[in-house]
Amino acid sequence: MLKLENVSITFNANTVNERKALRNINLDVKDGDFITVIGSNGAGKSTLMNAISGAYPIDEGSIYLDGKNITSLKEHKRATRIGRLFQDPLRGTAPNMTIEENLGLAYSRGKRRSLMPGIRKKDIGFFREKLSELDLGLEDRMKTPVGLLSGGQRQALTLLMATIVTPKLLLLDEHTAALDPKTAEKVMELTERIVKKDNITTIMITHNINNALKYGNKTLVMSQGKIILEIEGEERKNMTVEKLMKLYSDNADDSMSDKMLL
Amino acid sequence: MKLNRKTVISLLLKALILVFLIVIINTRLSETVVEGTFEKGLVFALLALGIFISFRILDIPDLSVDGTFTLGVAVSVMNAFNGNPIQGILLAILAGGLAGCVTGVLITKFNVQPILAGIITMTALYSINLKIMDRPNISLYRKDTLFTIMEKYFGAHYKLITCGIVVLIAGALMFTFLKTQAGMSLRATGDNEYMVRASSINSDRMKIIGFAIANALVSFSGAMYAQYSSAGDTNSGTGMLVVGLASIIIGEIFFTRHTILNGILAAVFGAIAYRFILAFAMNLGMDSNYTKLFSAIIVVIAISIPAIKNYFTTFYKRVFKKGNGGAVDA
Repeated sequence: MLKLENVSITFNANTVNERKALRNINLDVKDGDFITVIGSNGAGKSTLMNAISGAYPIDEGSIYLDGKNITSLKEHKRATRIGRLFQDPLRGTAPNMTIEENLGLAYSRGKRRSLMPGIRKKDIGFFREKLSELDLGLEDRMKTPVGLLSGGQRQALTLLMATIVTPKLLLLDEHTAALDPKTAEKVMELTERIVKKDNITTIMITHNINNALKYGNKTLVMSQGKIILEIEGEERKNMTVEKLMKLYSDNADDSMSDKMLL
Repeated sequence: MKLNRKTVISLLLKALILVFLIVIINTRLSETVVEGTFEKGLVFALLALGIFISFRILDIPDLSVDGTFTLGVAVSVMNAFNGNPIQGILLAILAGGLAGCVTGVLITKFNVQPILAGIITMTALYSINLKIMDRPNISLYRKDTLFTIMEKYFGAHYKLITCGIVVLIAGALMFTFLKTQAGMSLRATGDNEYMVRASSINSDRMKIIGFAIANALVSFSGAMYAQYSSAGDTNSGTGMLVVGLASIIIGEIFFTRHTILNGILAAVFGAIAYRFILAFAMNLGMDSNYTKLFSAIIVVIAISIPAIKNYFTTFYKRVFKKGNGGAVDA
Protein backbone atom coordinates (compact mmCIF):
# COMPACT_ATOMS: atom_id res chain seq x y z
CA MET A 1 0.00 0.00 0.00
CA LEU A 2 2.33 2.70 1.28
CA LYS A 3 6.03 2.10 1.18
CA LEU A 4 8.83 4.35 2.38
CA GLU A 5 12.37 3.49 1.34
CA ASN A 6 15.32 5.15 3.02
CA VAL A 7 13.48 8.42 3.48
CA SER A 8 15.60 11.20 4.98
CA ILE A 9 14.90 14.85 5.64
CA THR A 10 17.45 17.31 6.95
CA PHE A 11 16.46 20.80 8.03
CA ASN A 12 18.94 23.67 7.59
CA ALA A 13 21.47 21.42 5.93
CA ASN A 14 25.10 22.59 6.10
CA THR A 15 24.45 25.19 8.77
CA VAL A 16 25.03 25.20 12.50
CA ASN A 17 21.32 24.55 12.97
CA GLU A 18 21.41 21.37 10.90
CA ARG A 19 18.90 18.87 12.19
CA LYS A 20 18.24 15.44 10.77
CA ALA A 21 14.48 15.17 11.17
CA LEU A 22 14.17 11.79 9.47
CA ARG A 23 17.01 9.29 9.14
CA ASN A 24 16.64 6.48 6.62
CA ILE A 25 13.06 5.63 7.41
CA ASN A 26 11.81 2.34 6.00
CA LEU A 27 8.16 1.60 6.43
CA ASP A 28 5.77 -0.82 4.80
CA VAL A 29 2.09 -0.15 5.40
CA LYS A 30 -0.34 -2.85 4.32
CA ASP A 31 -3.88 -2.38 3.09
CA GLY A 32 -6.25 -1.85 6.00
CA ASP A 33 -3.49 -1.22 8.54
CA PHE A 34 -4.22 1.22 11.36
CA ILE A 35 -0.82 2.30 12.59
CA THR A 36 -0.30 4.46 15.65
CA VAL A 37 2.88 6.47 16.07
CA ILE A 38 4.32 7.69 19.36
CA GLY A 39 7.54 9.38 20.36
CA SER A 40 8.74 12.42 22.27
CA ASN A 41 8.70 15.96 20.92
CA GLY A 42 11.08 16.38 18.01
CA ALA A 43 11.21 12.66 17.28
CA GLY A 44 10.13 13.30 13.70
CA LYS A 45 6.51 12.09 13.86
CA SER A 46 4.99 15.14 12.21
CA THR A 47 7.85 15.36 9.73
CA LEU A 48 7.05 11.78 8.73
CA MET A 49 3.43 12.78 8.11
CA ASN A 50 4.48 15.83 6.14
CA ALA A 51 6.86 13.73 4.06
CA ILE A 52 4.07 11.30 3.19
CA SER A 53 1.54 14.05 2.43
CA GLY A 54 4.04 16.01 0.37
CA ALA A 55 4.08 19.14 2.51
CA TYR A 56 7.86 18.74 2.94
CA PRO A 57 10.04 17.57 0.05
CA ILE A 58 12.28 14.69 1.07
CA ASP A 59 16.04 14.84 0.60
CA GLU A 60 16.67 11.16 0.02
CA GLY A 61 14.73 8.00 -0.57
CA SER A 62 11.42 7.30 -2.25
CA ILE A 63 7.77 6.95 -1.36
CA TYR A 64 5.33 4.60 -3.08
CA LEU A 65 1.58 4.69 -2.76
CA ASP A 66 -0.30 1.76 -4.28
CA GLY A 67 2.80 0.77 -6.21
CA LYS A 68 3.20 4.20 -7.78
CA ASN A 69 6.21 6.34 -7.04
CA ILE A 70 4.84 9.57 -5.53
CA THR A 71 8.17 10.97 -4.32
CA SER A 72 8.08 14.02 -6.57
CA LEU A 73 4.28 14.39 -6.72
CA LYS A 74 3.02 17.74 -5.40
CA GLU A 75 1.09 17.99 -2.16
CA HIS A 76 -2.27 18.84 -3.73
CA LYS A 77 -1.95 15.99 -6.21
CA ARG A 78 -1.20 13.47 -3.46
CA ALA A 79 -4.22 14.84 -1.60
CA THR A 80 -6.52 13.23 -4.17
CA ARG A 81 -5.79 9.93 -2.44
CA ILE A 82 -4.58 11.01 1.00
CA GLY A 83 -6.92 12.46 3.62
CA ARG A 84 -5.36 14.48 6.38
CA LEU A 85 -6.22 15.91 9.79
CA PHE A 86 -4.05 18.40 11.64
CA GLN A 87 -3.62 19.00 15.35
CA ASP A 88 -5.00 22.52 15.00
CA PRO A 89 -8.77 22.26 14.44
CA LEU A 90 -8.66 25.59 12.60
CA ARG A 91 -6.48 24.19 9.83
CA GLY A 92 -8.87 21.70 8.34
CA THR A 93 -11.82 23.89 7.42
CA ALA A 94 -12.52 27.22 5.71
CA PRO A 95 -14.01 29.42 8.47
CA ASN A 96 -15.89 31.92 6.30
CA MET A 97 -17.61 29.24 4.27
CA THR A 98 -20.67 27.33 5.41
CA ILE A 99 -20.69 23.71 6.54
CA GLU A 100 -22.27 22.56 3.28
CA GLU A 101 -19.80 24.55 1.20
CA ASN A 102 -16.89 22.97 3.06
CA LEU A 103 -18.37 19.54 2.50
CA GLY A 104 -19.02 20.39 -1.15
CA LEU A 105 -15.34 21.21 -1.61
CA ALA A 106 -14.26 18.02 0.11
CA TYR A 107 -16.74 15.99 -1.92
CA SER A 108 -15.09 17.06 -5.18
CA ARG A 109 -11.70 15.85 -3.94
CA GLY A 110 -9.70 14.30 -6.73
CA LYS A 111 -12.07 15.54 -9.40
CA ARG A 112 -11.50 18.54 -11.61
CA ARG A 113 -13.08 21.66 -10.13
CA SER A 114 -15.36 22.81 -12.92
CA LEU A 115 -17.96 25.50 -13.37
CA MET A 116 -20.64 23.14 -12.10
CA PRO A 117 -22.51 24.35 -9.01
CA GLY A 118 -20.40 23.83 -5.89
CA ILE A 119 -23.23 22.11 -4.05
CA ARG A 120 -25.75 20.13 -6.03
CA LYS A 121 -29.29 19.57 -4.75
CA LYS A 122 -28.88 15.81 -4.60
CA ASP A 123 -25.69 16.13 -2.55
CA ILE A 124 -27.38 18.08 0.23
CA GLY A 125 -29.37 15.05 1.40
CA PHE A 126 -26.20 12.98 1.42
CA PHE A 127 -24.30 15.63 3.42
CA ARG A 128 -27.16 15.84 5.89
CA GLU A 129 -27.12 12.09 6.38
CA LYS A 130 -23.34 12.04 6.85
CA LEU A 131 -23.48 14.94 9.30
CA SER A 132 -26.18 13.24 11.37
CA GLU A 133 -23.83 10.27 11.76
CA LEU A 134 -21.49 12.60 13.67
CA ASP A 135 -24.30 13.04 16.18
CA LEU A 136 -23.40 16.69 16.88
CA GLY A 137 -26.56 18.30 15.51
CA LEU A 138 -24.60 19.84 12.64
CA GLU A 139 -27.12 18.55 10.09
CA ASP A 140 -29.49 21.36 11.13
CA ARG A 141 -26.82 24.05 10.77
CA MET A 142 -25.64 23.41 7.23
CA LYS A 143 -25.81 27.10 6.31
CA THR A 144 -23.73 28.16 9.32
CA PRO A 145 -20.20 29.46 8.66
CA VAL A 146 -17.73 26.93 10.03
CA GLY A 147 -15.93 29.68 11.95
CA LEU A 148 -18.83 29.70 14.41
CA LEU A 149 -18.35 26.07 15.41
CA SER A 150 -16.34 24.86 18.40
CA GLY A 151 -12.93 23.23 17.99
CA GLY A 152 -14.36 19.75 18.53
CA GLN A 153 -17.15 20.30 16.03
CA ARG A 154 -14.68 21.63 13.50
CA GLN A 155 -12.39 18.64 13.98
CA ALA A 156 -15.28 16.22 13.60
CA LEU A 157 -16.30 18.04 10.43
CA THR A 158 -12.71 17.88 9.14
CA LEU A 159 -12.74 14.15 9.78
CA LEU A 160 -15.90 13.85 7.75
CA MET A 161 -14.40 16.01 4.99
CA ALA A 162 -11.23 13.91 4.86
CA THR A 163 -13.21 10.69 4.52
CA ILE A 164 -16.34 11.72 2.57
CA VAL A 165 -14.56 10.54 -0.55
CA THR A 166 -12.90 7.41 0.87
CA PRO A 167 -9.15 8.09 0.77
CA LYS A 168 -6.50 5.43 0.15
CA LEU A 169 -4.67 6.68 3.19
CA LEU A 170 -5.72 8.74 6.19
CA LEU A 171 -3.09 10.73 8.10
CA LEU A 172 -4.03 11.88 11.60
CA ASP A 173 -1.49 14.20 13.20
CA GLU A 174 -2.49 14.37 16.88
CA HIS A 175 -5.93 15.36 15.74
CA THR A 176 -7.43 15.20 19.23
CA ALA A 177 -4.57 16.88 21.13
CA ALA A 178 -6.06 20.37 21.06
CA LEU A 179 -9.50 19.25 22.27
CA ASP A 180 -10.81 18.87 25.80
CA PRO A 181 -10.69 15.27 27.10
CA LYS A 182 -14.38 14.54 26.58
CA THR A 183 -14.49 15.93 23.04
CA ALA A 184 -11.19 14.23 22.26
CA GLU A 185 -12.68 10.89 23.25
CA LYS A 186 -15.73 11.53 21.11
CA VAL A 187 -13.66 12.49 18.05
CA MET A 188 -11.47 9.41 18.63
CA GLU A 189 -14.55 7.16 18.72
CA LEU A 190 -15.82 8.75 15.52
CA THR A 191 -12.43 8.21 13.91
CA GLU A 192 -12.44 4.53 14.75
CA ARG A 193 -16.01 4.07 13.54
CA ILE A 194 -15.34 5.72 10.18
CA VAL A 195 -11.98 4.03 9.66
CA LYS A 196 -13.49 0.61 10.44
CA LYS A 197 -16.57 1.13 8.31
CA ASP A 198 -14.67 2.02 5.14
CA ASN A 199 -11.60 -0.05 6.03
CA ILE A 200 -9.30 2.98 5.52
CA THR A 201 -5.56 2.51 5.87
CA THR A 202 -4.61 4.96 8.61
CA ILE A 203 -1.54 6.38 10.28
CA MET A 204 -2.19 8.22 13.53
CA ILE A 205 0.25 10.21 15.64
CA THR A 206 -0.73 10.52 19.26
CA HIS A 207 0.74 11.70 22.54
CA ASN A 208 -1.62 9.40 24.37
CA ILE A 209 0.07 6.01 24.85
CA ASN A 210 -3.18 4.42 26.00
CA ASN A 211 -4.79 5.41 22.73
CA ALA A 212 -1.75 4.28 20.79
CA LEU A 213 -2.19 0.77 22.14
CA LYS A 214 -6.00 0.80 22.26
CA TYR A 215 -6.57 1.68 18.63
CA GLY A 216 -5.10 0.15 15.51
CA ASN A 217 -3.12 -3.01 14.84
CA LYS A 218 0.45 -1.76 14.92
CA THR A 219 2.39 0.79 16.93
CA LEU A 220 5.56 2.58 15.87
CA VAL A 221 7.84 4.28 18.37
CA MET A 222 10.03 7.05 17.00
CA SER A 223 13.06 8.73 18.46
CA GLN A 224 15.43 11.23 16.90
CA GLY A 225 14.23 10.73 13.37
CA LYS A 226 14.26 6.93 13.48
CA ILE A 227 11.65 4.25 14.02
CA ILE A 228 13.11 2.43 17.01
CA LEU A 229 10.29 -0.01 17.72
CA GLU A 230 7.55 -1.69 15.74
CA ILE A 231 5.03 -3.43 17.95
CA GLU A 232 2.32 -5.67 16.53
CA GLY A 233 0.53 -8.99 16.93
CA GLU A 234 0.78 -10.89 20.20
CA GLU A 235 3.45 -8.62 21.58
CA ARG A 236 1.15 -5.65 21.12
CA LYS A 237 -1.82 -7.41 22.74
CA ASN A 238 0.15 -7.98 25.91
CA MET A 239 1.70 -4.56 25.88
CA THR A 240 1.00 -2.11 28.70
CA VAL A 241 1.96 1.52 29.07
CA GLU A 242 4.56 0.59 31.70
CA LYS A 243 6.16 -2.09 29.56
CA LEU A 244 6.25 0.25 26.59
CA MET A 245 7.94 2.96 28.66
CA LYS A 246 10.53 0.45 29.78
CA LEU A 247 11.09 -0.73 26.22
CA TYR A 248 11.45 2.86 25.11
CA SER A 249 14.06 3.82 27.67
CA ASP A 250 16.01 0.66 26.83
CA ASN A 251 16.04 1.51 23.14
CA ALA A 252 16.09 5.29 22.89
CA ASP A 253 18.92 7.64 23.60
CA ASP A 254 16.68 10.21 25.21
CA SER A 255 14.13 9.46 27.91
CA MET A 256 10.45 9.78 27.31
CA SER A 257 9.04 12.95 28.79
CA ASP A 258 6.31 12.94 31.39
CA LYS A 259 4.10 14.69 28.92
CA MET A 260 3.72 11.47 27.03
CA LEU A 261 2.00 9.82 29.97
CA LEU A 262 -0.99 12.08 29.63
CA MET B 1 -31.71 39.13 13.97
CA LYS B 2 -31.93 39.64 17.72
CA LEU B 3 -32.86 43.13 18.77
CA ASN B 4 -30.41 44.12 21.46
CA ARG B 5 -29.15 47.61 22.10
CA LYS B 6 -26.10 47.26 19.90
CA THR B 7 -27.98 46.20 16.76
CA VAL B 8 -30.61 48.90 17.28
CA ILE B 9 -27.91 51.55 17.57
CA SER B 10 -26.09 50.32 14.49
CA LEU B 11 -29.35 50.13 12.53
CA LEU B 12 -30.26 53.65 13.59
CA LEU B 13 -26.82 54.86 12.58
CA LYS B 14 -27.12 53.26 9.15
CA ALA B 15 -30.60 54.75 8.68
CA LEU B 16 -29.26 58.15 9.71
CA ILE B 17 -26.42 57.99 7.18
CA LEU B 18 -28.84 56.89 4.45
CA VAL B 19 -31.31 59.68 5.24
CA PHE B 20 -28.44 62.15 5.31
CA LEU B 21 -27.25 60.98 1.89
CA ILE B 22 -30.74 61.15 0.43
CA VAL B 23 -31.31 64.64 1.84
CA ILE B 24 -28.03 65.80 0.32
CA ILE B 25 -28.93 64.26 -3.01
CA ASN B 26 -32.33 65.92 -2.99
CA THR B 27 -31.41 69.36 -1.79
CA ARG B 28 -27.83 70.05 -2.81
CA LEU B 29 -27.27 68.27 -6.07
CA SER B 30 -29.02 68.98 -9.36
CA GLU B 31 -30.70 66.18 -11.27
CA THR B 32 -27.96 65.94 -13.91
CA VAL B 33 -25.30 65.75 -11.25
CA VAL B 34 -27.20 62.99 -9.46
CA GLU B 35 -27.53 60.98 -12.64
CA GLY B 36 -23.88 61.53 -13.55
CA THR B 37 -22.79 60.49 -10.08
CA PHE B 38 -24.84 57.32 -10.31
CA GLU B 39 -23.28 56.49 -13.68
CA LYS B 40 -19.76 57.07 -12.44
CA GLY B 41 -20.52 55.05 -9.33
CA LEU B 42 -21.61 52.13 -11.50
CA VAL B 43 -18.50 52.39 -13.69
CA PHE B 44 -16.32 52.27 -10.58
CA ALA B 45 -18.43 49.48 -9.10
CA LEU B 46 -16.58 47.18 -11.52
CA LEU B 47 -13.30 48.37 -10.02
CA ALA B 48 -14.62 47.71 -6.52
CA LEU B 49 -15.76 44.21 -7.55
CA GLY B 50 -12.25 43.44 -8.82
CA ILE B 51 -10.62 44.70 -5.66
CA PHE B 52 -13.17 42.72 -3.65
CA ILE B 53 -11.78 39.54 -5.21
CA SER B 54 -8.14 40.24 -4.43
CA PHE B 55 -8.50 41.99 -1.08
CA ARG B 56 -11.45 40.20 0.42
CA ILE B 57 -11.73 36.80 -1.21
CA LEU B 58 -8.05 35.99 -1.76
CA ASP B 59 -7.07 38.18 1.18
CA ILE B 60 -3.95 39.37 -0.66
CA PRO B 61 -3.33 43.08 -1.35
CA ASP B 62 -2.96 43.53 -5.10
CA LEU B 63 -1.23 46.77 -6.02
CA SER B 64 -1.20 46.14 -9.75
CA VAL B 65 -4.67 47.74 -9.84
CA ASP B 66 -3.38 51.25 -10.60
CA GLY B 67 -1.62 49.86 -13.66
CA THR B 68 -4.38 47.56 -14.90
CA PHE B 69 -7.00 50.31 -14.66
CA THR B 70 -4.91 52.46 -17.01
CA LEU B 71 -4.30 49.41 -19.18
CA GLY B 72 -8.07 49.15 -19.61
CA VAL B 73 -8.26 52.84 -20.42
CA ALA B 74 -5.46 52.59 -22.97
CA VAL B 75 -6.72 49.50 -24.81
CA SER B 76 -10.31 50.73 -24.83
CA VAL B 77 -9.51 54.27 -25.96
CA MET B 78 -7.17 53.17 -28.76
CA ASN B 79 -9.69 50.72 -30.19
CA ALA B 80 -12.51 53.24 -29.92
CA PHE B 81 -10.29 55.83 -31.57
CA ASN B 82 -9.89 53.40 -34.48
CA GLY B 83 -13.62 52.79 -34.61
CA ASN B 84 -14.00 49.56 -32.60
CA PRO B 85 -15.34 50.57 -29.17
CA ILE B 86 -16.88 47.20 -28.22
CA GLN B 87 -13.84 45.26 -29.35
CA GLY B 88 -11.83 47.71 -27.24
CA ILE B 89 -13.73 46.82 -24.10
CA LEU B 90 -13.45 43.09 -24.72
CA LEU B 91 -9.71 43.34 -25.42
CA ALA B 92 -9.26 45.47 -22.30
CA ILE B 93 -10.85 42.75 -20.17
CA LEU B 94 -8.51 40.20 -21.73
CA ALA B 95 -5.44 42.40 -21.27
CA GLY B 96 -6.36 43.04 -17.63
CA GLY B 97 -6.71 39.30 -17.04
CA LEU B 98 -3.30 38.72 -18.57
CA ALA B 99 -1.71 41.38 -16.37
CA GLY B 100 -3.37 39.77 -13.35
CA CYS B 101 -1.83 36.44 -14.35
CA VAL B 102 1.60 38.07 -14.32
CA THR B 103 1.11 39.30 -10.74
CA GLY B 104 -0.24 35.88 -9.76
CA VAL B 105 2.68 34.01 -11.30
CA LEU B 106 5.18 36.39 -9.66
CA ILE B 107 3.63 35.68 -6.26
CA THR B 108 3.10 31.92 -6.54
CA LYS B 109 5.87 30.65 -8.81
CA PHE B 110 8.65 33.15 -8.14
CA ASN B 111 7.93 33.78 -4.47
CA VAL B 112 7.80 37.55 -4.87
CA GLN B 113 6.08 39.22 -1.93
CA PRO B 114 2.49 40.11 -2.88
CA ILE B 115 2.88 43.86 -2.39
CA LEU B 116 6.13 43.97 -4.34
CA ALA B 117 4.68 41.79 -7.13
CA GLY B 118 1.82 44.28 -7.54
CA ILE B 119 4.20 47.21 -7.65
CA ILE B 120 6.37 45.45 -10.24
CA THR B 121 3.40 44.78 -12.52
CA MET B 122 2.12 48.31 -12.04
CA THR B 123 5.51 49.82 -12.91
CA ALA B 124 5.95 47.60 -15.95
CA LEU B 125 2.44 48.49 -17.12
CA TYR B 126 3.27 52.18 -17.01
CA SER B 127 5.61 51.74 -19.97
CA ILE B 128 3.27 49.36 -21.73
CA ASN B 129 0.35 51.76 -21.37
CA LEU B 130 2.42 54.62 -22.79
CA LYS B 131 3.41 52.36 -25.68
CA ILE B 132 -0.21 51.39 -26.36
CA MET B 133 -1.45 54.98 -26.37
CA ASP B 134 1.68 56.47 -27.90
CA ARG B 135 0.91 59.83 -26.22
CA PRO B 136 -0.17 60.89 -22.72
CA ASN B 137 -3.81 61.48 -23.58
CA ILE B 138 -6.35 60.93 -26.32
CA SER B 139 -9.78 62.44 -26.84
CA LEU B 140 -12.63 60.44 -28.33
CA TYR B 141 -14.41 63.58 -29.46
CA ARG B 142 -16.89 62.72 -32.24
CA LYS B 143 -15.86 59.08 -32.12
CA ASP B 144 -18.22 56.19 -31.51
CA THR B 145 -18.17 54.70 -28.02
CA LEU B 146 -20.18 51.95 -26.35
CA PHE B 147 -22.43 54.69 -25.02
CA THR B 148 -23.14 56.43 -28.33
CA ILE B 149 -24.04 53.02 -29.77
CA MET B 150 -26.42 52.33 -26.88
CA GLU B 151 -28.05 55.74 -27.19
CA LYS B 152 -30.10 54.43 -30.12
CA TYR B 153 -31.64 51.69 -28.00
CA PHE B 154 -32.07 53.21 -24.57
CA GLY B 155 -33.11 56.82 -25.21
CA ALA B 156 -32.58 59.68 -22.81
CA HIS B 157 -31.00 57.86 -19.86
CA TYR B 158 -28.82 55.69 -22.06
CA LYS B 159 -25.63 56.13 -20.04
CA LEU B 160 -27.25 55.16 -16.76
CA ILE B 161 -29.04 52.18 -18.31
CA THR B 162 -25.87 50.93 -20.07
CA CYS B 163 -23.79 51.16 -16.89
CA GLY B 164 -26.58 49.54 -14.87
CA ILE B 165 -26.89 46.59 -17.23
CA VAL B 166 -23.11 46.08 -17.38
CA VAL B 167 -22.76 46.06 -13.59
CA LEU B 168 -25.80 43.82 -13.20
CA ILE B 169 -24.34 41.27 -15.62
CA ALA B 170 -20.84 41.45 -14.06
CA GLY B 171 -22.25 41.11 -10.54
CA ALA B 172 -24.53 38.23 -11.46
CA LEU B 173 -21.74 36.39 -13.27
CA MET B 174 -19.43 36.88 -10.31
CA PHE B 175 -22.05 35.65 -7.86
CA THR B 176 -22.74 32.56 -9.96
CA PHE B 177 -19.05 31.85 -10.44
CA LEU B 178 -18.26 32.07 -6.73
CA LYS B 179 -20.89 29.43 -6.06
CA THR B 180 -19.40 26.94 -8.52
CA GLN B 181 -16.81 24.32 -7.61
CA ALA B 182 -14.03 26.46 -9.06
CA GLY B 183 -15.38 29.56 -7.33
CA MET B 184 -15.64 27.79 -3.99
CA SER B 185 -12.06 26.57 -4.38
CA LEU B 186 -11.02 30.19 -4.98
CA ARG B 187 -12.82 31.37 -1.84
CA ALA B 188 -11.35 28.55 0.23
CA THR B 189 -7.85 29.46 -1.01
CA GLY B 190 -8.17 32.88 0.59
CA ASP B 191 -9.82 31.42 3.65
CA ASN B 192 -7.54 28.52 4.58
CA GLU B 193 -4.70 27.49 2.33
CA TYR B 194 -3.78 24.40 4.36
CA MET B 195 -7.26 23.03 3.96
CA VAL B 196 -7.26 23.80 0.27
CA ARG B 197 -4.09 21.87 -0.44
CA ALA B 198 -5.22 19.00 1.76
CA SER B 199 -8.41 18.89 -0.34
CA SER B 200 -6.43 18.33 -3.55
CA ILE B 201 -6.88 21.89 -4.83
CA ASN B 202 -3.94 23.57 -6.56
CA SER B 203 -3.77 26.73 -4.45
CA ASP B 204 -1.19 28.38 -6.73
CA ARG B 205 -3.45 28.01 -9.73
CA MET B 206 -6.46 29.30 -7.78
CA LYS B 207 -4.50 32.42 -6.79
CA ILE B 208 -3.46 33.10 -10.38
CA ILE B 209 -7.05 32.68 -11.57
CA GLY B 210 -8.21 34.99 -8.78
CA PHE B 211 -5.75 37.72 -9.74
CA ALA B 212 -6.71 37.32 -13.40
CA ILE B 213 -10.42 37.81 -12.67
CA ALA B 214 -9.74 40.69 -10.28
CA ASN B 215 -7.60 42.59 -12.79
CA ALA B 216 -9.88 41.78 -15.70
CA LEU B 217 -12.65 43.53 -13.77
CA VAL B 218 -10.42 46.48 -12.91
CA SER B 219 -9.35 46.81 -16.54
CA PHE B 220 -13.03 46.50 -17.57
CA SER B 221 -13.77 49.41 -15.27
CA GLY B 222 -11.00 51.45 -16.86
CA ALA B 223 -12.27 50.59 -20.35
CA MET B 224 -15.79 51.72 -19.44
CA TYR B 225 -14.48 54.87 -17.80
CA ALA B 226 -12.49 55.86 -20.90
CA GLN B 227 -15.49 55.53 -23.21
CA TYR B 228 -17.81 57.07 -20.63
CA SER B 229 -15.67 60.19 -20.40
CA SER B 230 -14.69 60.03 -24.10
CA ALA B 231 -11.05 60.46 -23.21
CA GLY B 232 -8.05 58.44 -22.13
CA ASP B 233 -5.12 59.51 -20.00
CA THR B 234 -2.04 57.51 -19.00
CA ASN B 235 -2.37 58.83 -15.47
CA SER B 236 -6.01 57.90 -14.95
CA GLY B 237 -5.15 54.85 -12.84
CA THR B 238 -3.35 56.74 -10.10
CA GLY B 239 -4.94 56.07 -6.72
CA MET B 240 -7.57 53.67 -8.05
CA LEU B 241 -6.63 51.05 -5.47
CA VAL B 242 -7.48 53.44 -2.65
CA VAL B 243 -10.69 54.51 -4.39
CA GLY B 244 -11.80 50.89 -4.77
CA LEU B 245 -10.86 50.05 -1.22
CA ALA B 246 -12.74 53.09 0.09
CA SER B 247 -15.80 51.93 -1.85
CA ILE B 248 -15.70 48.44 -0.39
CA ILE B 249 -15.21 49.71 3.15
CA ILE B 250 -18.10 52.16 2.83
CA GLY B 251 -20.29 49.41 1.39
CA GLU B 252 -19.42 47.08 4.23
CA ILE B 253 -20.86 49.54 6.73
CA PHE B 254 -24.24 48.68 5.26
CA PHE B 255 -23.75 45.04 4.31
CA THR B 256 -22.08 43.64 7.38
CA ARG B 257 -22.69 39.90 7.06
CA HIS B 258 -19.89 38.05 5.34
CA THR B 259 -21.75 36.32 2.57
CA ILE B 260 -20.89 36.46 -1.10
CA LEU B 261 -24.06 38.31 -2.03
CA ASN B 262 -23.40 40.89 0.68
CA GLY B 263 -19.83 41.33 -0.48
CA ILE B 264 -20.90 42.02 -4.06
CA LEU B 265 -23.70 44.35 -2.97
CA ALA B 266 -21.28 46.16 -0.64
CA ALA B 267 -18.81 46.73 -3.50
CA VAL B 268 -21.48 48.10 -5.87
CA PHE B 269 -23.37 50.12 -3.28
CA GLY B 270 -20.13 51.42 -1.75
CA ALA B 271 -18.79 52.55 -5.12
CA ILE B 272 -21.96 54.57 -5.72
CA ALA B 273 -22.03 55.95 -2.17
CA TYR B 274 -18.38 56.98 -2.50
CA ARG B 275 -19.15 58.99 -5.64
CA PHE B 276 -22.00 60.75 -3.86
CA ILE B 277 -19.83 61.64 -0.90
CA LEU B 278 -17.27 62.98 -3.34
CA ALA B 279 -19.93 64.91 -5.29
CA PHE B 280 -21.18 66.42 -2.06
CA ALA B 281 -17.70 67.48 -1.04
CA MET B 282 -17.21 69.13 -4.43
CA ASN B 283 -20.58 70.77 -4.08
CA LEU B 284 -19.40 72.26 -0.79
CA GLY B 285 -16.54 73.80 -2.71
CA MET B 286 -13.77 71.22 -2.38
CA ASP B 287 -11.00 71.74 -4.92
CA SER B 288 -11.08 68.83 -7.38
CA ASN B 289 -7.30 68.48 -6.91
CA TYR B 290 -8.07 67.11 -3.45
CA THR B 291 -10.11 64.08 -4.57
CA LYS B 292 -7.30 61.59 -4.01
CA LEU B 293 -6.46 63.09 -0.61
CA PHE B 294 -10.12 62.88 0.16
CA SER B 295 -10.34 59.17 -0.72
CA ALA B 296 -7.20 58.47 1.31
CA ILE B 297 -8.78 60.14 4.33
CA ILE B 298 -12.00 58.18 3.87
CA VAL B 299 -10.06 54.91 3.86
CA VAL B 300 -8.16 55.87 7.01
CA ILE B 301 -11.33 56.89 8.82
CA ALA B 302 -13.24 53.79 7.76
CA ILE B 303 -10.44 51.41 8.72
CA SER B 304 -9.83 53.11 12.05
CA ILE B 305 -13.48 53.16 13.15
CA PRO B 306 -13.16 49.98 15.27
CA ALA B 307 -10.04 51.34 16.98
CA ILE B 308 -11.69 54.71 17.61
CA LYS B 309 -14.77 52.94 18.96
CA ASN B 310 -12.51 50.98 21.27
CA TYR B 311 -10.84 54.13 22.65
CA PHE B 312 -14.24 55.66 23.11
CA THR B 313 -15.73 52.73 25.03
CA THR B 314 -12.73 52.39 27.35
CA PHE B 315 -12.88 56.13 27.95
CA TYR B 316 -16.62 55.88 28.63
CA LYS B 317 -16.13 53.00 31.05
CA ARG B 318 -13.34 54.78 32.89
CA VAL B 319 -15.20 58.01 33.31
CA PHE B 320 -18.79 56.97 33.85
CA LYS B 321 -18.79 53.45 35.27
CA LYS B 322 -18.24 53.12 39.00
CA GLY B 323 -15.97 50.47 40.43
CA ASN B 324 -13.51 50.54 37.59
CA GLY B 325 -11.37 53.23 39.13
CA GLY B 326 -10.80 56.54 37.38
CA ALA B 327 -12.26 59.97 37.58
CA VAL B 328 -15.48 59.28 39.49
CA ASP B 329 -13.81 57.48 42.34
CA ALA B 330 -10.94 59.86 42.58
